[in-house]
Amino acid sequence: MQLTNMKAGKKVNVKLALTAATSALLGLSSVALANEASVLDSWSFDTAVLYYGEIDRVTATEAMIGATKTFEDESTLNLKFTFDALTGASPNGAVPQPTTQTFTRPSGNGEYQTPANKTPIYDGFRDTRVQLNAQWTQPFASVYTVSGGVHFSKEYDYLSLGLNSSLAYDFDRKNSTISVGVSYFQDTYNPVGGVPNPFSVMLPGTGEDENPDDPTRLGKDDTKSTADIMVGFTQVINRRMVAQLNYSYSMVDGYLNDPYKRLSRVNANGEALDYVYESRPDSREKQSIFAQTKYNFGGDLLNNTVLDVSYRYMWDDWQIDSHTIDSRFYIPIGVNSYLEPHFRIYQQTAADFYQPFLYEADELPAYASSDLRIGEMTTYTVGLKYGTIVNGDDELSFRLEYYTQKPTNAGFNEPGVLASQDLYEPVNAIIGQVTYSF
Amino acid sequence: MKISNKMKLVLLVPIISTVSGCASLGVEPWERDLLAKKEMSLTSSPVDSSFDDHIYFSKEASSGGKGFGGGGCGCN
Repeated sequence: MQLTNMKAGKKVNVKLALTAATSALLGLSSVALANEASVLDSWSFDTAVLYYGEIDRVTATEAMIGATKTFEDESTLNLKFTFDALTGASPNGAVPQPTTQTFTRPSGNGEYQTPANKTPIYDGFRDTRVQLNAQWTQPFASVYTVSGGVHFSKEYDYLSLGLNSSLAYDFDRKNSTISVGVSYFQDTYNPVGGVPNPFSVMLPGTGEDENPDDPTRLGKDDTKSTADIMVGFTQVINRRMVAQLNYSYSMVDGYLNDPYKRLSRVNANGEALDYVYESRPDSREKQSIFAQTKYNFGGDLLNNTVLDVSYRYMWDDWQIDSHTIDSRFYIPIGVNSYLEPHFRIYQQTAADFYQPFLYEADELPAYASSDLRIGEMTTYTVGLKYGTIVNGDDELSFRLEYYTQKPTNAGFNEPGVLASQDLYEPVNAIIGQVTYSF
Repeated sequence: MKISNKMKLVLLVPIISTVSGCASLGVEPWERDLLAKKEMSLTSSPVDSSFDDHIYFSKEASSGGKGFGGGGCGCN
């Protein structure tokens, strides 16, 4: 009994400390903390750690803490802090060869080598990122909800600032909701070694730091803006079912290249002669339709198992089409726990300027990128989550998932030595997550 | 594309038949016992969603749909 009280006391202290820290950050008076019990009731916290690990490639660890305060008029303030650290190796865009290849480092300073018959990867990839989000949501006139938020994210070579706002209107006994939202992001890319000049040949000693007049670099940084509009409709179908339909339009303008990706230029026998920086259009217009439904199977046979299934169709003016089916089954176990299997299938077509390499004899196209992420691919995710209630009403959950990405050839020839190389190497990753909400 | 169209159909047919099969949609306020449960909210785990959005944004060419798919990191 004493132990239980001590535990409960410790828990309240942690929550109180976090509440005080959050309030201090917000500049709220400590007088507001006077009534501990009521203050603690109105704040809730989510903490989580995620591990993402690709076999022989990138590893990421991400930690998140979120705090939500609910006010008497049911308005909420949500604050979120995210930190992630990435290390490992990422494909540099060149094709594998039957001989050892030598590449200039992204900084332009120094070289690294890729052994024969291996996908060229740059293994000096290392970054940390912090992200802050704040979101205010306010119901008014009993049928409207307005929300506004800000976003800040900074990593070594990237800064992102964002704003969002949305309005929702409930009608038909709150069974139907129409919503409209807008968001705007302004990002600045500050690549190591400077912004590469598209299609220029990558040579040693060419970084912006080494030589500010270097013709292979276009300056220290460049910017990108993203404007999104989304309209949504949510409908309660019956006591057990709810459905949602969204349409999104997104306009991205500015620097859309990956400054660290290059293409091999090969001869008629597929042998790499040199490497050039990629070149993408400076705008991209994306649209998507998203439909989701949740269905509760009821208590008699399936113990209130909930099926969550969604489908997204996305298309853009780079001629990428994608289909995503995402499904989860929430299966209660007893009164305090649940299991949640997760299945996701994603399929995309290649961008019209995607190509795995360039022919040295051909004229340069307007745009080209060998980034597999805008190539043809299918990906699968299989996962399982287990959640349980602890300490009264806190929730502890564990999630383990397996993600596999299978790039495919969108119809390109593989001349000479390339015929025996794997240009579309799959990526396999393990995702592990622990979440504690209190 | 054939497979894709089939996939669309698989999802749309049950939704349309369910919607058109009901004389009146929705529930009365006192019938919201199941809908009020956390697991019935459309985003039942915002933490998982936010991690997933970040992973898929950095590995695939699509983002958003459910929420905004804007910028946020130099991972893509």
